[in-house]
Amino acid sequence: MSSASNANSSSGIRGAAVRFEHVQKSYDGEVLVVKDLNLNIAPGEFVTMLGPSGSGKTTCLMMLAGFEPATHGEIFLNDKPINNVPPRKRGIGMVFQNYALFPHMSVAENLAFPLEIRKMGKSERDAKVKRALDMVELGAFGNRRPAQLSGGQQQRVAVARALVFDPDLVLMDEPLGALDKQLREQMQYEIKHIHESLGVSVVYVTHDQTEALTMSDRVAVFQDGVIQQLSSPDALYESPQNSFVAQFIGENNKLSGVVTDINNDICSMTLDDGTKVQSQAVNIGDVGSRSTLSLRPERIELEPTEQRDNMVPGVVKEVLYLGDHLRIVMAVAGNDEFIVKVPNGGRSTIPVEGNTYNLGWSAEDAKALDPVN
Amino acid sequence: MTASTALDSNTSELAQGAPLTTKDGQPLKRSLGRALRREKIRALFLILPLLAFVLITFIFPIGDMLFRSVENSIVEKTLPGTVVALQDWDSESDEVPGERVFSALADDMMLAQELKIHTRIGTRINYDQPGISSVFRKSGRRIKRLDSDASKDAFIALNAAWGTPDAWTTLTSSAQWPESFPQTAIAFDNWKAWLASEEGDDIDPSTQVPYGFTYANLFHDLSSMENGALNNLAKSSDSAIASLFAGVPDAIDNFPTDDFKGQFADIEKGWVNIQNWQAIKRLSPAFTDSYFLAAVDSERTEAGVQQKPANERFYVTLFVRTIVLSIVITLACILLGYPIAYLLATLSVRSSNLILILVLLPFWTSLLVRTSSWKVLLQQQGVINDLLVWIGLVADDGRLVMINNMTGTIIAMTHILLPFMILPLYSVMKTISPSYMRAAKSMGASDTLAFWRIYFPNTIAGIGAGSILVFILAIGYYITPALVGGTKGVFISNQIAYHISSSLNWGLAAALGTILLVLVLALYWTYDRIVGIDNVKLG
Repeated sequence: MSSASNANSSSGIRGAAVRFEHVQKSYDGEVLVVKDLNLNIAPGEFVTMLGPSGSGKTTCLMMLAGFEPATHGEIFLNDKPINNVPPRKRGIGMVFQNYALFPHMSVAENLAFPLEIRKMGKSERDAKVKRALDMVELGAFGNRRPAQLSGGQQQRVAVARALVFDPDLVLMDEPLGALDKQLREQMQYEIKHIHESLGVSVVYVTHDQTEALTMSDRVAVFQDGVIQQLSSPDALYESPQNSFVAQFIGENNKLSGVVTDINNDICSMTLDDGTKVQSQAVNIGDVGSRSTLSLRPERIELEPTEQRDNMVPGVVKEVLYLGDHLRIVMAVAGNDEFIVKVPNGGRSTIPVEGNTYNLGWSAEDAKALDPVN
Repeated sequence: MTASTALDSNTSELAQGAPLTTKDGQPLKRSLGRALRREKIRALFLILPLLAFVLITFIFPIGDMLFRSVENSIVEKTLPGTVVALQDWDSESDEVPGERVFSALADDMMLAQELKIHTRIGTRINYDQPGISSVFRKSGRRIKRLDSDASKDAFIALNAAWGTPDAWTTLTSSAQWPESFPQTAIAFDNWKAWLASEEGDDIDPSTQVPYGFTYANLFHDLSSMENGALNNLAKSSDSAIASLFAGVPDAIDNFPTDDFKGQFADIEKGWVNIQNWQAIKRLSPAFTDSYFLAAVDSERTEAGVQQKPANERFYVTLFVRTIVLSIVITLACILLGYPIAYLLATLSVRSSNLILILVLLPFWTSLLVRTSSWKVLLQQQGVINDLLVWIGLVADDGRLVMINNMTGTIIAMTHILLPFMILPLYSVMKTISPSYMRAAKSMGASDTLAFWRIYFPNTIAGIGAGSILVFILAIGYYITPALVGGTKGVFISNQIAYHISSSLNWGLAAALGTILLVLVLALYWTYDRIVGIDNVKLG
């Protein structure tokens, strides 16, 4: 989207363009793991494939890397079909889930391996290895064995090795999965930084939505072998196309009911317990069809001081104190696990369990999704 | 000392880095040791049965084997008098020992044939001096018929007291017994053992007069004494001794002998063969290197250690063959096992389980059955030859000889030991993530290059473990070479088994086994120095 086009216009771009056309994949001839995948990745773009395990995202990455053949369809790299190109000739850098650093080689030998294969002279090779190690701030660790490094350091070596032979495209398969939270956040920043400074295209696979949102230009949300939504991170969060995406990205409350009226992009709904609400019509059927409302917990106001589009009463069932905010579980319109997040302003009183409070939200913050006729 | 000063001294101790103590002042280490002792005792009890089992069935037999390879007390025990008498004989002289040694021999053999152990010593010396066992065997029957009373009669003629048991009570309780009478003391003990064996335990030796052999040895002890010593006996302050030996110094030079040497020569010419006596003297010590020398085709002669004649050399060839064939078998196992192990590690669980069962199937059939089936397959009228002839690859009169030679041993043993190579390889390969190969390929490596640069180096630990297993098993293999090896394909272990169960030369078997053990340990040590035993992975 916007950042991708920005990257295109800047001068340092050398990234490759990737195109999936009607790609299908089946391992056993009975179940399609990937169903009709169409995806365009612009040069220099950082695209994340996000989804629960078994959703087909890693299979897509393996097809792109060449380790799994596509059952049907064609993958293009810089507009050239690569279905019949073996992995070693695709020139794609790859970072594996468990780093796949060669245990019998030192860090420097690991990095020199792809350069040796390219028959690069020793001095040039050494210079490149040193530059790559410096890039990940491991200049002093060239002589160590991978087993002598911490998880974070191994991760950086893996990134450096995937980049050392200057590929136009780098694939990363859940590279941060084995790291602890703090290190993961730091590495997200570093990978993002390296991507921006080198201008390579990156296809990144993860099941961690925070990772996807912080790093990517665009995120493809996978479920059941289908891309449910392909958008920039903010669009993904603000306007999910269906309740799976809404549920998968961030926290989400679901309320179901029947559409009673549609007025431009605002629709009226009667919830299952009879409550009438207004919401944004993102993806609904005709009047009379069922739909699911998606509502972010932090967009709900507890005891609003002004009139809001929707005012619904709810009974407090549980209050969790989380420091910067309160997390309140309420029974609202038939949903017993309705979450409300209240920022901890210091002065606000803590709701009492069992009491009834008014909840208010704007119509634009409630998205009507998933038409069922 | 007040509480506060005690506390002070405690803190100052801490400040100086003194050993930490617990609250009640005990050193921390001791407290910890006590707390862990229960655990340790518990652990000891858990391993106790196995420890005892290993001690009894492994450590002790190996120790016994090592000991047997040098142990040689049979000569000293069976011919004690002869061994002592031989000390004064110069084995490099050209003459067989004199009458003194032969009288000791007669006395020793008298007891030995009574106990029926004279053939055993013959067998033992025969290992080093072929032919001598029949000398001992033939002599046994005729020892009793030896004329042996000449010395005894002479003693009695000199002094009738010599014909009474009291003379011997006096002699054995004298101050000079047994130091001054080395041969007599042994002969007297021999006679007592003979008496107990002949007449039963109830008879009291102190009421009996020894037989002539004992007197013959007494004569030789006395005649080899220096004149002064014999005179001292006759003039001893002990009146009983003095009266017993009165007149002996003057008469001793004219004492008759039984000419045991001549009598033995009549029984069997071997007794006047100097080489036989050299062998007996050589084997007199309780420990010997003769088994080890024999195990490396050497022998000790009067000229020193030297190789046996070329037509008698045997064991070194066998050792070399055992090692070379074991190396060949190990290499064959690597070549055949590596691809299978790779398949096992990379195929889906279902297919790899099937292959694993096929790999393990030989384990579930008897070794004998497997080896015998190789006989059926490989023999000249066997399945494989029939097939080759039928195809036309081999002429009917040119059928391949694949059994009862080295080929048979290599084929059958490779088959039998293959699982020991595949399993360690498999367990190592299973730990190699497929992403290594993928990473190498994504970096541009071809399949071959990725295999040799990335996959293979990571499997070396498995090759090492498998090779050590296969090689050590092969070097000691017995049944298979015995069944399919013929004469050209047998291993050193077959010779060990032969000496254990057929020739009953346990000492040589122990020496061969010890050399084999040392070879294996040396190999293990070398492997540890080169590859490092830590790198051996079994999974």
